[in-house]
Amino acid sequence: MAEDASENQGDVVIRVRDLVNAFGSQVIHDGVDLDVRRGEVIGIVGGSGTGKSVMLRTVVGLNRPVSGSIEVLGRDVLHASEEERHELETHWGVLFQDGALFSSLTVAQNIEVPLKEDLHLPQRLMAEIAACKVGMVGLPADAADKYPAQLSGGMRKRAGLARALALDPEILFLDEPTAGLDPIAASAFDQLIKDLQSSLDLTVFLVTHDLDSLFAICDRVAVLVDKKIRVGTLEQHLQDDHPWIHSYFHGPRGRAAVAAELSARAAPPSAH
Amino acid sequence: MAPAATILASEEEGATVFRAEGEWLVVTAAELDRRLHSLKMPQDRQVTVDLSAVDRLDSTGAWLLLRTEHELAARGNRVELSNLQPRFAPLLEQVRARGVVEPLPHPVPPHHTFVGFLARVGRITVVLANRLYDILGFTGLVIVTIMRLLRQPRRLRMVATLVQMEQVGLDAMPIVGLLSFLIGVVMAYQGADQLRRFGAEIYTVNLLGISILRELGVLLSAIIIAGRSGSAFTAQIGTMQVNEEIDAMRTLGLDPIEVLVLPRLFGLGITLPLIVFFADFMGILGGGLMSWAVLDINIPNFLTQLQSAVTETTLWVGVVKAPVFATIIALVGCYEGLNVTRSAESVGRLTTQSVVESIFFVIVTDAAFSIVFSMLKV
Repeated sequence: MAEDASENQGDVVIRVRDLVNAFGSQVIHDGVDLDVRRGEVIGIVGGSGTGKSVMLRTVVGLNRPVSGSIEVLGRDVLHASEEERHELETHWGVLFQDGALFSSLTVAQNIEVPLKEDLHLPQRLMAEIAACKVGMVGLPADAADKYPAQLSGGMRKRAGLARALALDPEILFLDEPTAGLDPIAASAFDQLIKDLQSSLDLTVFLVTHDLDSLFAICDRVAVLVDKKIRVGTLEQHLQDDHPWIHSYFHGPRGRAAVAAELSARAAPPSAH
Repeated sequence: MAPAATILASEEEGATVFRAEGEWLVVTAAELDRRLHSLKMPQDRQVTVDLSAVDRLDSTGAWLLLRTEHELAARGNRVELSNLQPRFAPLLEQVRARGVVEPLPHPVPPHHTFVGFLARVGRITVVLANRLYDILGFTGLVIVTIMRLLRQPRRLRMVATLVQMEQVGLDAMPIVGLLSFLIGVVMAYQGADQLRRFGAEIYTVNLLGISILRELGVLLSAIIIAGRSGSAFTAQIGTMQVNEEIDAMRTLGLDPIEVLVLPRLFGLGITLPLIVFFADFMGILGGGLMSWAVLDINIPNFLTQLQSAVTETTLWVGVVKAPVFATIIALVGCYEGLNVTRSAESVGRLTTQSVVESIFFVIVTDAAFSIVFSMLKV
């Protein structure tokens, strides 16, 4: 996976510079720089309250930073006009923690929401596209006519992913996609993201707590510590001697995930 | 420039060739869909779909290609997708492997037929009957809990009850007071306008006293409280239901009826009569001020006339309804709150329903009271 990232080294789709975020007197980010390259999966990790989700919300413009600049696909998010923002929003998809599906609409109608906006598609075609997305995220076909309340947590996340993918975005923002899923569903979701990422040529901005996800699908990892961000490959982070990063990657769970990943790499076809 | 895409058909040495061109994206899907539908589909032939001129492809475009392939194959053609640029191959495979090519058949909604209409009426009737049965059951449960509480009075949650009294009673005083005052003003003005024609302006005071004490004070208070507190009951308890707090309570051995419903019921039951009294006072104050300012009925005259018009019974006829209305509002509000399922959407729906139902039941009960009182000749 490292080869893929280095191929597209020059092409930066998200460029964050000198970002400062604060709520009242509490500073969350103090001068954060981050580059996300086209076609990579970048994982954002950090302890609780270090502002992982705030980072994501700031990049997609849901949270206004105190200072700094954010460029997505070469456009300034913070000073974009209404139309520019709208145009930009069709190039990214966001999956919120619990799917954030509209509860009064069925799954198919949820997927049709972004399609309805300004594409003027005939209803039949929209239903077909929705059914296709439902299949692509691995939901059974009869899930399309169900309401979010009738779905399990894992299915809601898949449905949320289907809605995020409705317009075939270039960038996919995921906020803790595997939180609350059982290990089998979580690794299936990781695999799904990896598959979609490679076939749809997505750039993925992944906020997560899940070490297994990090090892399974991330090309690079950005760690939020001390109100700053440290970006590198997993190998680089494993060498880092910052106390938090060290205990994160070398704690019991970190060691287990590293061991699993190493054995998987050693014998890819028959890992188990 | 807007992206463009098209598909062209041609005949070549025994085979039909479709040439797909341009940018097959979701933004061009509407145009492509139209073109694809207007294409003449051959029957039982060799068909080649040439994809060499497809410059961009996303999953919607890939799906349109696959749908075309599927439709062609369904007509007995031998279909071949050829010359796809290698970078699009994984995407096409992904969509082929996971995407559903046949869309779900959409069943025609049945509620346009006569039988559908009957079924709907029947369903709603059953739902309403079940609902009434449920509310009765809930009322019974609350009564049983109260009985248990009578044997162990220490289990009554005093602090929670006092908090409810403050929230539903004390905090509602400004709005109830202001609205009653204004209704008094309006009544005095409208009444005087009509009665002046008969030279009977002084009877405005009778109109004011009797209608406010017997009906308006209590009805107005009950409706305001239903909108203000009944909805709050449903929303509070419903939100707890969504968060599984009610279930947590049960596992901790706490009875939600005892912890949540009774403090609200008692709090409202105690404060609504007091609020009604306050509303009566403010209504008559408003009417009195209006009479003095516009009708030149001075304060002593107003009071003398009021004393001859109303008796103590008039006041009690109004206030006695208050505990009944309070019970209705509290029970409906809590019942709907406990009915919330685990979706946030149902909180909103049931909150609206709770307000509508409690106002409905309050007015129906008020009508029943009128009939009973007229039979008792009070």
